[in-house]
Order: sequence, then structure tokens, then C-alpha cells
Amino acid sequence: MLAVEQTTDLTIVAKLFEEFGAHTFVVQKTVDGIPTLWIQAELLHPILTFLKPHYPMLYDLFGIDERLREHREDQPESDFTVVYHLLSLAQNLDIRIKLAAQTSADAEYAVPTITPLWANANWYEREAWDMFGISFTDHPNLYRILLPPTWVGHALRKDHPARATEMEPFSLNETKQAEEQEALRFRPEEWGMQTSKDGTEYMFLNLGPNHPSVHGVFRIALQLDGEVVVDAVPDIGYHHRGAEKMGERQSWPSYMPYTDRIDYLGGVMNNLPYCLSVEKLAGIEVPEKAKVIRIMLAELFRISSHLVFYGTFVQDIGQMSPVFYMFADRERLFGIIEAITGGRMHPAWFRIGGVAADLPNGWEKLVRDFIDSMPARLDHYDKMAMQNSILKNRTIGIGKYSAEEAIEWGVTGPNLRATGVDWDLRKQRPYAGYDQFEFDVPIAHNGDCYDRAVVRIEEIRQSLRIVRQCLDNMPEGPYKSEHKLTSPPPKENTMHDIETLIHHFLHTSWGPAIPAGEACVPIEATKGLNSYHLISDGGTTSYRTRIRTPSFPHLQQIPLISRGLMIPDLIAIIASIDFVMADVDR
Amino acid sequence: MSDFWIIVFAISVMLGAVGGAAVATWFERRLLGLWQDRYGPNRIGPFGIGQVAADMIKLLTKHDWVPPFADKWVFIFAPTAIVVAMLLGFAVVPFGPGLQIIDLNIGLLFFLGMTSLAVYSVLLGGLASNNKYALLGGLRSAAQMVSYEVFMGLSLMGVVMLSGSFSMVDIVESQRDGWYCFSQFLGLFVFVIAAIAESHRLPFDLPEAEHELTAGFHTEYSGMKFAMFMLGEYLGLILISCMITTLFFGGWLAPFSLTFIPAIVWFSLKTFLVICFFILLRCAIPRPRYDQLMSLGWKIMLPITLINLVITGAVALWIAGA
Repeated sequence: MLAVEQTTDLTIVAKLFEEFGAHTFVVQKTVDGIPTLWIQAELLHPILTFLKPHYPMLYDLFGIDERLREHREDQPESDFTVVYHLLSLAQNLDIRIKLAAQTSADAEYAVPTITPLWANANWYEREAWDMFGISFTDHPNLYRILLPPTWVGHALRKDHPARATEMEPFSLNETKQAEEQEALRFRPEEWGMQTSKDGTEYMFLNLGPNHPSVHGVFRIALQLDGEVVVDAVPDIGYHHRGAEKMGERQSWPSYMPYTDRIDYLGGVMNNLPYCLSVEKLAGIEVPEKAKVIRIMLAELFRISSHLVFYGTFVQDIGQMSPVFYMFADRERLFGIIEAITGGRMHPAWFRIGGVAADLPNGWEKLVRDFIDSMPARLDHYDKMAMQNSILKNRTIGIGKYSAEEAIEWGVTGPNLRATGVDWDLRKQRPYAGYDQFEFDVPIAHNGDCYDRAVVRIEEIRQSLRIVRQCLDNMPEGPYKSEHKLTSPPPKENTMHDIETLIHHFLHTSWGPAIPAGEACVPIEATKGLNSYHLISDGGTTSYRTRIRTPSFPHLQQIPLISRGLMIPDLIAIIASIDFVMADVDR
Repeated sequence: MSDFWIIVFAISVMLGAVGGAAVATWFERRLLGLWQDRYGPNRIGPFGIGQVAADMIKLLTKHDWVPPFADKWVFIFAPTAIVVAMLLGFAVVPFGPGLQIIDLNIGLLFFLGMTSLAVYSVLLGGLASNNKYALLGGLRSAAQMVSYEVFMGLSLMGVVMLSGSFSMVDIVESQRDGWYCFSQFLGLFVFVIAAIAESHRLPFDLPEAEHELTAGFHTEYSGMKFAMFMLGEYLGLILISCMITTLFFGGWLAPFSLTFIPAIVWFSLKTFLVICFFILLRCAIPRPRYDQLMSLGWKIMLPITLINLVITGAVALWIAGA
């Protein structure tokens, strides 16, 4: 789409050529227009060090198993590739660096670690190791991160089975259960922790994976001195369902319901980045009405997600009642979602090229009643919760980080805007038609728990504004594109000519074949930047589906902001970050 | 009353208190439901009152389990301590003129002593469980006790000065000219706060703190023993409410000379309203961090109590002199 072309900037490429010599790079063409450069392993550190001042955020880092890929004409030889996706907020630009893993002394596939350059590379590299078996030389703790420590093989390799039926039937006897449990035992020395200091022992507390306040199955091992958190080690992966692997099996349109379950509070908001990336690859233009419907639904889900945040945040501070009011509002909202899409939490309602159906008769009244009632209720909640002095004492100044730290750790979305950075992708790169809407980007300045809540609550109001504009200006016209790669394919002419009939049959049974290429279109999701880096090899399924979710880097940063605070503060921090584990583990 | 009737009365108070505590669990859930735009338990019996019986059957028939890693005898003893201490506390409550198990001349001190004993239950439960969350809960409870015991007692001394007695009956009788909730409003304020801390209810339920310590000191408890902790908590709630009524709201005395309504009804009504107030507090206020609770206790509550004492003492002397 238009939006991403604007971000294409070749001056940095020219600078790189000048600094390191043009012959050291191989430029790869991508559909999304983000400059993509292949480099040599020995130049990784110099080049990334050169780029860091221009592109301070490591947006994503992931692996690709290239061994079965057919369409890679303009790319160098590689079995396993590591992709570094960098982002500059100030210039609003992206750059992608690709590196082929090489055989090293002690690993079949290895690349140098970049953890000294970007702190948040740590988890990303562990993930690439876990999923592809790419070793990162000199990584401080290269353990598995998403799969259990006892797992055999690397799940996203093309030769690893994708379905349970391709593997031995699973059984769990007592010996195995004991082994699995032992493997999960937290060993402080593995993380360079001391078990005692000055003769007093530290207490190591396993908070989670089942704990009322960790919002899902999230485990965090705490090193405690009394109730003071000395250090913390988050442990994720308990919610891992292999969404990326499933992307390689499902046809392009049939992957849609899986995206719903990534950020399970975001509903159709998850469909959007997937649709945008596929549409980018296929070159589909979405009609105006579909754009507005998509934005309306996405914003309704933003409200829904933020309401859950609001309620649970206040509840985790110990206030019992507000969560019931917010969930009642969310229930009303789900009533509207249900009337429009037929689903509630996971409607899977967007389609490649548009949405599944037109809006039902009478939708205006439902939406209008809801958005008319909300502002007064939000004011009421504000008095009840946010103005409460105990809540303020519990959250102001707690879990603080600066804008620089946020960028260094890959923090995006409301958590970034709470530090005073006025950067909302809907304004910066108005994807999917956001340029047609008037709204403000709420920011706060202290970057503490309270401010993270303030930003989100104000975002609810702004989303209400956007929904009202959708309501007042809903265009006429088709709700889905006529393009031949849309799904489901247009049916009107199937009974009139054989060509369309065949196309329709193939597209509904096998799914459309999307032209080969790579594309990644980020969106401002409920919790931050979310994108699907899709690689098509010209087939009816994706060759590689990389899901970049905002919550993953947010969790990684928890130890940094919780050291020296107490357990209740840690709970406040966890609540204020607003994550769901499905969004972290995928 | 003859010895026989005292025993009958004592047994009925005990049964009444335990029954009241059981009904209070249901009542609290219904009231919270009302304030939180939902129903609460409403399925069994009229207004869901049968929930009380259902809960009891469930809790009492559950497997009576002691974790293998726990300190067995202390683990079993802990929940009984709170129930016994709280029930003993009811001995000095004057439900009406002459309606009292025993009129101790140190009734108030006896009450304070019994509520302090209840803290051991939480401490021992937390320690004996041999569970990290329970230990943290026990630690918090100890810290909370140290800071709140101090001014809980002191906050009542104003009442003692004005009435000139530790006897509950004398305190009620001395309020014929005016309830102490007016002259001792600072004392009342401090006592209410200390009482919430003492009974470990939200917002001061730090030893339990579901969102932080899963269930704090009673993480390892289930079935009957868990029920004892709950019973103790609700007995505590009722006892404290009875005490607030007795000490600050004139006990059984009728307001506006409405003496045609029996004294026991007045007493129950006042106690009921105080209980509702405690439930409303639970519904409305978030939980402070425990160091904040400590500093609130030492830096604000203790000075307020002392100021109250000094002023009350001065006024009492001045009245006596005049």
C-alpha cells in the first residue's frame, strides 16, 4: 500500500555502500519496499553498530529455513537465514539486514550474537535457536525459550513434523512427568545469580505459571530479599501453540482464524496485519467501505482490549469492584460484535480483500447506543479508580523506564507513548485508511504504571471518536475487492463461464496461489506494533509466517524495571504492561 | 441469671455467632453483587440463602488433608486458634441490659486480648504450611500486628477515660448523654482502621492478598481447616462490629428515645449497619502496599491516637474539675 512506500529510503543504503563498499551487500527486492540487504557474518557487528544511531530499535529478529524455497533468485546461498528488522521512530523508516548462518567450530549453523548491541536481541536469538537450531556465538544464555527444555529437534525447521499425527503418540508416565518437572526447576546459578549474600540466603519464589495475577500462563522466577525483588527471570512458552508453524500448512485464507488467537483480546485486530501483508503480496486494493468497516471493528476491539486492561489493572492493585463494570461494558460490546460478525472474541471476520459480509441492518443503532453511553461511564471509572489516592500511591513512580530504554528494548504501543514519545503508527503510516480519520494520540510523560494506564484510558476515548466517524461516514459500495485472489473468490459469474467456475473451485478448495515475495505490514495493535512477515514461494500456503507481537519484548523488559521493588509493585508492573500470553508465545 | 441460664445463654450466643458468621458469608456476597452490578449466589433457596448450607456441606465433607511437608500439629492447631479466640471475645459483648455472658470489670482489655490472640492463628498457619507464599503472608501479618496492635488499644482509651471504666456495661450506660462516636470521632476513625487491619479484610488483607500471594497464609489449607479460617474471619467481622456498636454507638441504647423497640433489636440493627459498612469498604478501596500500610500506621495513625488521648484527657480533667 501507499503507506509503506513512503518509508522506503535509499539514502541509508547509499551511505552503507559508501562506508563498507557496495560489493559487500546483496540487495534483495521485497514487495513491501523495505530495503533488504544481505551481508557477511564478519561485517554484522560493524554494520549494525553503524546502523544503530540511525535505527535505534531492534523491531524483530527471526530465522528462515530456506532449504526448500524455490523462488530466491536475487538472494545469496543460504540454508538458514537470520533477519534483523530495524526501525527508526524519528525518521519513520525500516531496514532489514539478512545474514546466512555459517558452519562454525561447534555448531552446524551459527551467527554472531548481537546482544551486546541490543539488549532485547537476547530473547529473539533464543527463539531463533529454539525454533531453527541456529546457534548464536557468545550468547549469554542460549537456552530454549518457547519449547520445553526437553524438546527434541527444532520446530520450525522444514523437516520437523507439523502435526501430532506425524509423530509418536504422546504419553506421559510418571518417570517422564518427573523428568519434565525436574527440567523446569529454576536453577539460580544458570542465570548468574547468587543464592546468598553476607550470610543471608535469598528466597527464590516461583511466581506462576499458575498465579492469579500473571494474566495467563507466565512464570517469573524471583530472587527475593524479604519481599524485595533482587532479580527476576521471566520464563515464557507455556502458551506456545506453534502459530507460525501452522501458517506453513494452512492455505492463505484459512489461516485467518489462527491470527484471531494471537492476541486473544484483540479479535479482528489480529486479522488486519495478516490481511494487509497478504494483500500487499497479491497486490489487492481494498474498497473504501471495507476499509472503514475494518477500522470500525478494529477500534471496537481496541476498546474491548483496553477495558479488560483497565479492569484487571485496577483489580491487581486490590480494588475489587471496577473489573465488573468494565467487563459488563465489554459484554455489551461483544453483543455488537456478535450482531455484526456472528462471533464474539474470535470472529475471524476479515477476508483477503475485504471483510466476510456487509454490515447487518440496524447496526448503526447498536454502535451509536454504545458509544453514546461510554464517555459518562469512563468519567465514572476515572473517579472510582484512577483518582483513588491508594491506587495512585501504588502506581505512580513504580516500574518506570525512559523513552531511550523503551526504544532500546523494543517497547511499542501505549507502553512507549507513556514515556512521552508521540509515535502512533496510525498517524505515522496511516495504513488501511487511517488517514481519513481525526483523532489524537494520547501520551504521558513518566513512563510508570500509572501513566501506562492513563494512556490506554485516553485511547479508549479516541477510539470512540474514530468509531463515531465510521458511523457517520460509512461509505456505500462493495465490502470486498473484485480481485481474483481475494477469498472467498467472487461467485457471481461462476454459473456463466467455465473459466470463473474453475477459478472459484480451485480457490475455495486449495486456496489462491499468492505470487512469490516477502512483505511485512505492521499495524498499531491494541498492545503495540504487530506484523506478519509473510514469505510466499508462489504456492497456496505461506512459506514462512513470522508473527512479530508487541508483548514479547515487553515481557523481556520486566526484570529491568522491577529490580529493587516489592512483590506488590511487580504485580502492578505486570498488570500495567498489558500483555496476554498468547501474544507472547504465539 | 442463674448458672444454668448463663450456660444456655452462652451456648446460644456461640451458636448465634457461628450461624451469623455463616450467613454473613452469603450476605456479603449478595451485597457485593448488588454493588457490582451482578447477582451473587441466588440459586439455592430463597435469595440463595441455601448457599450457606451448600458451602458448609462442601467444606466439611472435603478430604481433610495435611500437606506432607507441613508441620502437622501446628498446621492443625492454627485455624482453631482464631475461632476459639474470636468466640471467647463474644463473652463480654452486652447485647442488651443484662444480656451478657459475663460483665468483666476489664471487659475491654479482655476483648483486646482475644483479638490479639487471633493473630497467632495467621502467623502459625503461615509458618507451619512450609510454603513460600504462606511464609510471606505470615511475615506480613506479623508486621501488621506489630504496628496495628499499638494504637488499636490506645484508640479506645479515650472511651475509657470518658466513661471511667473498662466494663462494657458501664461504657454503654455512660453513653446515655451522647454516643462516643461524636466526642471520640478520632478514636472511632482510628479504631475502624485498626479493626480492618486486625480482621485482615480488604483493603488491609495483606497476609492473604490474592493478587500477590495467591492466598497468603492459608494457601495450603483446604476443607474443614480452611472453613475454620473463614469462620474466624467472619466471626472477627461480627465481633468487631459489635464492639464498634458498643463502644461508639451506644450499644443497645435507643436513639431519639425510641424505647418501644427492644434493646436487642437496636443492638442488632446497629451492628448490622456497621457490618454493611465494612463490606462497602471492601468493595470500594484498593489495597495499599504493606510498607505503605506500616508507615500509615506509625506516621499518621499513632500520632492521631496520641493527640486524641491528650485532648480527651485534658477535657475529662477539666470536666471533673468543673
